Amino acid sequence: MTPQHTLLDYSSKARVENVMIPHIARLVRVIPMVQDNYLFLFRFEDPHLNETFIYKPGQFVELTVIGTGEAPISISSTPTRKGVLEMCVRRMGRVTNALYNLPENSFVGLRGPYGNGYPVDDMKGHDVLIIAGGLGMAPLRSLLNYILDNRNQFGRLILMYGTKTPDDVLFRDELESLTRRGDLECLLAVEQAYQYPGAHPWRGKIGLVTDLFQYVKNINVPNTIAAICGPPIFYKFVLEKLLKMNFSKDHILMSLERRMECGVGKCGHCAIGYKYTCIDGPIFTYWDVINMPELIEF
Amino acid sequence: MKILKLPKANFNKFLLGLNNYGEVHIPKKKSEETYVFAPMEDPSEVALEYLRTVIPPKKYFFKPKEALFKHSDGKNFIEHIEDVNKKLILFGLHPCDIHGLKILDIVFGTGYIDKYYFARRKNTLIIGLSCMPDEKCFCRSMGTDATEDGFDLFLSELKNSYLVTVGSSQGDDITNDMKDLLTEITRKDTNEYLKIRNERKKRFTLQLDISDLPYILELQRESEVWEDLGKKCLCCGSCSMVCPTCSCFNIYDKLSLDTKQTERVRQWDSCLFKDYAVVAGGHNFRANRADRVRNRYYHKQHGFVTQFGKPSCTGCGRCIQYCPTQIHVVEVFNKVRGED
Repeated sequence: MTPQHTLLDYSSKARVENVMIPHIARLVRVIPMVQDNYLFLFRFEDPHLNETFIYKPGQFVELTVIGTGEAPISISSTPTRKGVLEMCVRRMGRVTNALYNLPENSFVGLRGPYGNGYPVDDMKGHDVLIIAGGLGMAPLRSLLNYILDNRNQFGRLILMYGTKTPDDVLFRDELESLTRRGDLECLLAVEQAYQYPGAHPWRGKIGLVTDLFQYVKNINVPNTIAAICGPPIFYKFVLEKLLKMNFSKDHILMSLERRMECGVGKCGHCAIGYKYTCIDGPIFTYWDVINMPELIEF
Repeated sequence: MKILKLPKANFNKFLLGLNNYGEVHIPKKKSEETYVFAPMEDPSEVALEYLRTVIPPKKYFFKPKEALFKHSDGKNFIEHIEDVNKKLILFGLHPCDIHGLKILDIVFGTGYIDKYYFARRKNTLIIGLSCMPDEKCFCRSMGTDATEDGFDLFLSELKNSYLVTVGSSQGDDITNDMKDLLTEITRKDTNEYLKIRNERKKRFTLQLDISDLPYILELQRESEVWEDLGKKCLCCGSCSMVCPTCSCFNIYDKLSLDTKQTERVRQWDSCLFKDYAVVAGGHNFRANRADRVRNRYYHKQHGFVTQFGKPSCTGCGRCIQYCPTQIHVVEVFNKVRGED
């Protein structure tokens, strides 16, 4: 029989850092972007943490609004720009509603980062095709800026982003200014360019996000990794298009949403079949996704 | 391995002696067929005949409801671990419940470590006790009818004595302190143990064949068994609460009446509850009862097996005994296997 070291094992496990306890952070700024989708900027109160909080694009944090509760929020900023964490938060549930009512300079709690994030190291050397629909831009903006900040480590970079109207475009100013960059093909589309008098004129395309494929030529499919995020109907059409172009199923990366309560793979709420969105995801390949039972229908 | 003998005449002294090591909890009879693990006030209370308590011993390590941290006017979140310095002796765990704790050790100790669980685990001594199965026990099929580890001491009942197996250094300390109550084992004791063990083997009537169950479940995902089960199951969550390996929880904040203090609370939850997979905005990823029931069964006998190489079921029979609509886990799987 093997010798027993359970007591030592239990003691060492009882001494670990308590992952359930958030760090105090300050809500430094709120930037309205589109209706009920504001950008919230946070800084840790411990200045050291602002330097050491290392995360990957695609990861999320658990955000505590003190007195209300906790919610998982994906990080929209890039780890290449330290100091401030940016989160594009949709006003959706109890906690996010409370966040919208917080004055700037309030304290909140943050713990994380959680989730696998985009496999940026494996993506290096590849062409990257980022396709976003609606609010799907929030986690993908982190990936986009990460690649732009490490531009020479990646091949061709294409962004396709589609929304219903120009008023729904997240990070509109930022993305419009990126269209002038020579090392990025930035294509924006809206279904209807309805503009009320005095509105900022729409310079992008009109149509569905999948219509943008006609403007990009010669995608080197075997060497391209597609990162896609959007609503269910978006996935249906974008996946159809990518598969038609012969994208390999493990070269398509998707970001999934579930109820991630603990963030650390214990509470069970975010389980999809045999995977936990919070630790095995939220970034999954399309191959992972089609092998997941009880997935939402696209 | 050190094995000693405790004559039954010395048993009460042994139980009383355990008080020297911490607060002793024992199985007690609450009413007809209802047993609980509770603090020992007198050794005479011990219900040695018990087979299963309503709530398994997980309640000592993974509390039904507990505060994780507190926040008041200050800027800090103050860690709060209930019973962090309490020494506990759990007496009378049957092998299935010891295996239940071993499964929870995996759940709470893999990847991110749950400090709350292990803070209490390290301060607890486990003293196992042998048992004779009833018609709801299928631990033998789960490989949890015996255990070689996971206890500090284990008592195997013979006619006039107990064999005491020493499973840890702390268990060894106890047997050394109580050496006056213990004797050496003899050839006769071994023979008696073998006789009882063979008798026990014959008493198992319930069996669940799990040899290729994950694969069969994969094939039977759309089987009408789940739809039928969804009609019968009330989704009351009783089976989750009494399950020695169920470990899902909810997290929420509790605000004091003067709104100055917040407590982050976690509480046992069940994947059978309607709002379990509801996300902000109201979408429910498992809105149908059949989906939720299937999810629970698949987690136990497929997902956990894929993840950790064994089912998260100990065959303790609690879910069979306490289901208000008499859903029988073994019958469900037999149906899925086409053996019914």
